[in-house]
Amino acid sequence: MLLLKLSEADGVSGNEGKVRALLKEELASATDDIWTDTLGNLFARKGKGKKPRVMVAAHMDEVGLMVVGYEKSGLLKVTKVGSVDDRVLVSKPVLVGEKCLPGVIGAKAIHLQKPGERRNILEIENLYVDIGATSKEEAAELVNIGDYVAFAAKPHEIGNNCLAGKAFDDRAGCAVVAELLKEDFPLELTAVFMVQEEVGLRGSLVAAHAVHPDFALVIEGTTANDVAGVKDTGYVTKLGCGPAITIMDSSFITQKKVLNLLVNTAEKHGIPYQIRQLTTAGTDAGAISRAHEGIPAAVLSVPCRYIHSPASIINLDDYKNTLRLAKAFLVAIAEGGLSFEETAEKIK
Amino acid sequence: MKKLLKKLSETYGPSGREDRIRDVITGELQGFCDEIFTDKMGNLIAVKKGTAAKIMVAAHMDEIGVIVTYIDKKGFLRFSNVGGVSPYILLGQRVRFENGTVGTVGMEKIKDSKEISLEKLYLDIGAKDREEAERFVKVGDIAVYDREAVFANNRMIGKAMDDRCGCAVLIRALQELGQTDNEIYAVFTTQEEVGLRGARTSSYHLNPDIGLAIDVTTVGDTPKAEKMAVALGKGAAIKVKDASVISHPKIKALLTELAERNDIPYQFEVLTAGGTDAGAIHLTREGIPSGVISVPCRYVHTPGEMIDLADAANACRLLKAFLETPHSELQQIYSCSAL
Repeated sequence: MLLLKLSEADGVSGNEGKVRALLKEELASATDDIWTDTLGNLFARKGKGKKPRVMVAAHMDEVGLMVVGYEKSGLLKVTKVGSVDDRVLVSKPVLVGEKCLPGVIGAKAIHLQKPGERRNILEIENLYVDIGATSKEEAAELVNIGDYVAFAAKPHEIGNNCLAGKAFDDRAGCAVVAELLKEDFPLELTAVFMVQEEVGLRGSLVAAHAVHPDFALVIEGTTANDVAGVKDTGYVTKLGCGPAITIMDSSFITQKKVLNLLVNTAEKHGIPYQIRQLTTAGTDAGAISRAHEGIPAAVLSVPCRYIHSPASIINLDDYKNTLRLAKAFLVAIAEGGLSFEETAEKIK
Repeated sequence: MKKLLKKLSETYGPSGREDRIRDVITGELQGFCDEIFTDKMGNLIAVKKGTAAKIMVAAHMDEIGVIVTYIDKKGFLRFSNVGGVSPYILLGQRVRFENGTVGTVGMEKIKDSKEISLEKLYLDIGAKDREEAERFVKVGDIAVYDREAVFANNRMIGKAMDDRCGCAVLIRALQELGQTDNEIYAVFTTQEEVGLRGARTSSYHLNPDIGLAIDVTTVGDTPKAEKMAVALGKGAAIKVKDASVISHPKIKALLTELAERNDIPYQFEVLTAGGTDAGAIHLTREGIPSGVISVPCRYVHTPGEMIDLADAANACRLLKAFLETPHSELQQIYSCSAL
């Protein structure tokens, strides 16, 4: 399954090469038109010249760490790439550098912590990556300053119908977009796999500028907070309740007619969906919608528990239903569900 | 101006849901421009054709609001903010949805007033349970303050003076504009309150020679206000700087000169926090020289925003003078000369 391969590949922001290679291989036979840009975004196009021109997009990068120094003892000092919660870092296995050297994130053992220390969160400044090196020199031979550190996590099935693993944000989106490209739609479809979302929607900014589509559909992994200790007012999304539709986040507000078409399409086809409760956090739609004279967009997300951690969980039905809804939505667009000419029509 | 501003203030139009306010403004502009259209981000663009300088004037149509995130079994609505909404201001307010549904803002029991936060507040639309509530309101629907605009002396109190007051100034300026060869794009922008979004795409589209924003500014003339040299009733404010833009020095200078020449009362504005559409416009493409005319406003982002009608009238006079400036004078602002 493509999703499993994508989830396992390491690809921290700015270092998306392995994920890109996987997607290139997967899509080589689905389209002749496949290219990358200077930032590393991967584009694959079908139906060139047809109307309307639609971009479907997901980001390839994941959150992680970067090596910034060596301790005399051979331990590696690291910094965060993207928003990583300090509290999920301790004792996690990681892969370091291009050669994927195994390591673990270490910290002082509980026996040695003073009572005050136990109460405090271990922050990145007090954590380090241990690759088994015994001196600074040995560490420097194996690892360079600036090498990336990714969570090491092999995805696996959990329960009846769930997957546990890392980077479903947004490899789940990448897998959905790849599947969409294998289908045929009566429109020009450009699939874009973007870099550097987690550090500020950077790949999407230039990709949207280059593609300049009539419409963009972003597929994401989003927070599911339906966990112990949280009231249902704070769930954001719930696992197993279908793809999440964004109405507003910190970067983007969905246009009403787009929203209506998404919801009506889901209801028409009996595809479960949910409205994402949270109005903060941003997605590539924020950058895309502001490219050129403005590009109407929508965001569909696969709900994901424990997001940005090496042990996140998604529901496979949600994944499948996200793909179903995206397909039906593209068909609805091709059938004229959104009239792009009319939006800029002269009123007088 | 009075009647127009009252109508604009009372119309529904939070960020991303500007259809109604756009329709009202479109109606006001009929017959006063050569072309009028909306773009992909929902901006309303009225064009007065010309052959000289291309000037974009932006006033944002959107207002702050609250967006429903959850409806509980008993029919209470939880919400999040759209733009800068304070939980202290919201408590006890009446809000209204696009379809006319009205609700009041209630609060969970708290021990200390410092605990007030949006999470502790909810909307009550009088529904008995979730089912009944969902007949009127869905998750994702946006409500705005429900408030009638009223006059107090020569001042006006109401919601969304930020920036319907700027819209009114821009509409009046277009209606009363004298002879000019400049090409004028009056842009009523969307989604300013959530990050200057409409201004960014419309300025890219129009690619003007000069950008100007018309917005409200906070003041320093109320009891124990933060120190700030802008006061209600002291004239149009010429912006020098805010958190999003440093006004182009030549635009600031021209506005000042025009105010002096035409006896228009004015004051300089240095706003330490907050931004406006000029912040997005001046960074578009290779850069667009931009400035701002502000209308002083007390109690910004509350349902009791107060402006002085004389300030609005003076802002309008200053705007008209700017738009009527001869081409040769404007060219000095934006022409780049080879060294």
